[in-house]
Amino acid sequence: MNFDFSDDQKQLRDEARRFLTEKCPPKAVRAVIDGKAPYDRELWKGLADMGFLGVAIPEAFGGSGAGHLELCVIAEEMGRALAPVPFSSTVYLAAEALLLAGSDAQKQKWLPAIAQGNAVGTLALFEGSGNPSPKAIKLTAANGVLNGTKKPVADGAIADFAIVAARTGSTGRDTDIALYLVDLTSEGVEAKALTSIDPSRNQAEISFKNVKAELLGAANEGWSILSQVLDRAAVLISFEQVGGSDRALEMGRDYALDRIAFGRQIGSFQAVKHMLADMYVSATLARSNCYYGAWALSTNASELPEAAAAARISATQAFQHCSKNNIQVHGGMGFTWEFDCHLYYRRSNAVAVGLGSLSYWEDQLIERMRQKNAA
Amino acid sequence: MNFDDTPQEAEFRAIARKWIDANAPKELEAELTKPSAKRASEKRDAMLDVAKAWQKKKADAGWACLHWPKEYGGRGSTPIERVIWQQEEGVYDKLARPFAIGQGMCGPTVMAYASEDQKRKYLPPLASGEKVWCQLFSEPAGGSDVAGLRTRAEKDGDDWIVNGQKIWTSGAHYSDYGILITRTDPNVPKHKGLTMFFLDMKSEGVEVKPIKQANGMQEFNEVFFTNVRIPDSQRLGAVGDGWNVSLTTLMNERMSIGSRVATGFPELFEFCSNLMLEDGLAIDDPNVRSKLASWAVKNSGLKYTSYRSISALSKGERPGPENSIGKLVSGMMMQDIAMFAADLQGASGALVGADAEAAGEFQATILGSPSMRIAGGTDEILRNIIAERVLGLPGDIRVDKDVPFNKVPTKGR
Repeated sequence: MNFDFSDDQKQLRDEARRFLTEKCPPKAVRAVIDGKAPYDRELWKGLADMGFLGVAIPEAFGGSGAGHLELCVIAEEMGRALAPVPFSSTVYLAAEALLLAGSDAQKQKWLPAIAQGNAVGTLALFEGSGNPSPKAIKLTAANGVLNGTKKPVADGAIADFAIVAARTGSTGRDTDIALYLVDLTSEGVEAKALTSIDPSRNQAEISFKNVKAELLGAANEGWSILSQVLDRAAVLISFEQVGGSDRALEMGRDYALDRIAFGRQIGSFQAVKHMLADMYVSATLARSNCYYGAWALSTNASELPEAAAAARISATQAFQHCSKNNIQVHGGMGFTWEFDCHLYYRRSNAVAVGLGSLSYWEDQLIERMRQKNAA
Repeated sequence: MNFDDTPQEAEFRAIARKWIDANAPKELEAELTKPSAKRASEKRDAMLDVAKAWQKKKADAGWACLHWPKEYGGRGSTPIERVIWQQEEGVYDKLARPFAIGQGMCGPTVMAYASEDQKRKYLPPLASGEKVWCQLFSEPAGGSDVAGLRTRAEKDGDDWIVNGQKIWTSGAHYSDYGILITRTDPNVPKHKGLTMFFLDMKSEGVEVKPIKQANGMQEFNEVFFTNVRIPDSQRLGAVGDGWNVSLTTLMNERMSIGSRVATGFPELFEFCSNLMLEDGLAIDDPNVRSKLASWAVKNSGLKYTSYRSISALSKGERPGPENSIGKLVSGMMMQDIAMFAADLQGASGALVGADAEAAGEFQATILGSPSMRIAGGTDEILRNIIAERVLGLPGDIRVDKDVPFNKVPTKGR
C-alpha cells in the first residue's frame, strides 16, 4: 500500500510552499482585504508562470498535464497561504467543467488562457440563499439566450467567463437544467461586487439580460455534469481547507510556546494543550479523508461521490475548528485586526458555505452511503 | 497513490491467505463476527482453550509473533508483513486477545532486558500461546501516574521480597507469568526508585481476585502480593531503572497499528437504516443524517489515517506517538454513538439485553464505554502525548519530580 503522495508530488508541494511564502505573505492577503485590488494580479501571473494554473490541464490544451494529485498538493498550499486569487473558481470549477463537458473548440478557447493566467473563470450556480438544487435554479435559457440573476458568484466581478446553470424546462426533473458558457464581457451581463465575510476573495451578483450563450455539454445533462463538477471541486477545496487548518494549528502552537502568563508558557497548561491536541486530531482526520478523496479524484473511481462528501465535511469541520480555536489560544490578541488569526477565521467560514454548506454535504454523504448499501 | 501491495507484499499475502484458508477454525467464524465477541469476557475465558489451540497451530507453522526473531518463536517478518497478516487473519485475530498483552508488551520487554538463556526459555512458549503473560503495572494509587506505584520489593540475599497490590490486570487469572514493576527505593524521587521483574504467577503469596466493574462484568483483576519471593535473576534491567524499562513496554502498546479500531459507526448506520420513527426511517431524518455524517467522517478518517501509517511502515518508517489518535477518537465515539442510538429509542432506550432494541448492544456499550476512555491511557493522557510529543508543547509541571517518594503527599485532604 502506498496511500501517500509520491516524492515528486511532495517536491511540488515544497516548491509551491516556497513560492507562496515569498509571493503571498499575510501582507499580500491584507492588501486585497483592504480593497487595494479585487485580487492579487501579480500573484496570479506568478502562479501561471510556475505552471500551477494548468497542472491538471492536458498538454493539448496548454497545461502541463501532470494531474489531479499534483493539483491537490498545490491546493493545500493555496489554502495554507490564503492566496487572494480566483484559483478555486477558475481551476476547480470552470476548468473542471470544461474538461468534463466542453467541446474541443470551447476547451481550445479557454483552457490555454486559464493555464497562462489570461482568463479567470467561475461557476454561476446560486440564486440567493440555499444549497445546490435543481429546484433553486430560476435563471432561464431559451434558444441560447439567458435571463436571470446569480448571487453570490465567487470571483464573479473579476471573471472573464462563467459556466452558468440555467433552466430550460419545467418538468421538475434534473434534465430541466443545462449549463451555458458565457463570455462575461457580452452585452446584457452586469456584475456587481458584494461584500463578504472574507474580503480576500471576490463575491458578486451577476445579472443576465438577454445574454447570448453557448451550451456546455448536452442540454439535458446540465445537472449531472454540475454534480460531477461539485464533487471534483469538493475534493480540491477540501485540500485548501486542510492547508488552512494546519496553518491555524501551527499559529496556535507557536503562540502557546511564545506567550508567557502566570509565569509559564501558556502551552504548558493542559487546557491549552488539550485544545491544540483536539485541533491536531481534526486536522489529521480531515487530511486522511482528503487523501482518499484525492485517490478517488485522480483515478476517477466510482467511490468519488462518497469520498468527496466525506473529505468536504471533515475538512470544513477541521478548518472551522482550528481557526476558531487558534483565536482562543491567542486570547485577546487573537481578536485584534493586527494579528492574522481572523484572516483564517474569515476564510474558514466563507469556504465552509461556498460550495454547498456543511449540512448539504452531510445529507449528500448519508444519501450516497445509503444508496451504496442498497445496491 | 494507490492501495496496492508491492510484489513482495502480494506474495506474502497470498501465502498467508492460503494457510489461513486451509487452517482457520471456520466453525467459529459466525460467533467471532458478532460485535459482542469483543465484549463477552466470560465467553472469552471459555474460549481460552480454543484460542490456545489456534495460537499453537499458528506457531507450529511459523505464523505466531511474526515480527519476532525466529529463535524466539517468531518469523522474522517486517512490520508491514505483520500488518498484512492481521488483515488476512480477520476475525480470527480476536482469538489472539488472551495473548495480546503478553506478546505485545511483556515479550518485547523480556527480549530487551532478559538474559539470552531466559529469552530462549520463555519467549517461544509465549509466542505459541502455551504460556500466557500479564502486565502488573497499574495500582490503586498509580493509574495515569503509574510511577506513583507503591508495591515494594526489598532485597533478601539473592531474592527480592514483594509486598503490595496491583489492579486492572487483564488475564491475571489465567496467566502463567507476569512482568511486575515495583518500588525498590522510596528515598529517591519516584521515577528513580523503580525496578522491573518477571515472575511465575503461581508463586506463593500471589493472590488474584476479579474486580466487579461498573457495568457488572468481570474482565480485570486485582493482584495481591504477600511476601512473594522473586530471584534476582528475574530482574529486568538495572535496580532503579524500572521506569526506563517500563517505557519499552508502553512504547510497544502504541506499535500495534493497522488493526482497525471499533468505533460503533457501522452498527449505528445499520440501526438507523432500519429503525422506523414516527415520520419514517431514522436515516431519512435530517438531524439523524447530520450526526451520522459527522461520525461517518471520523470513522473513515481513522481508517485512512491507519492506511497512511501502514504506508509509512511499508516504506520502512517507524510509527510514532501520532498513533494515539485512534484510541482517543474511537473511545469517545463508542460512547457518544451508543447514547445517540438509545436516544432514538425514546423511553425504550433505557432497556437492556433481550428487552432492548438490537439485543441491547448499544446499552451494553453505554455501560461499558467509560472504560474505553480510560484503559491503555486516558483521553487526557493521550491528549498530553499528542500535545507534547507530536506538537512539541511543554510537559506538565511536576511538583513531585525532585521530591523523595516517601515525602510526596498521599492524600488530597
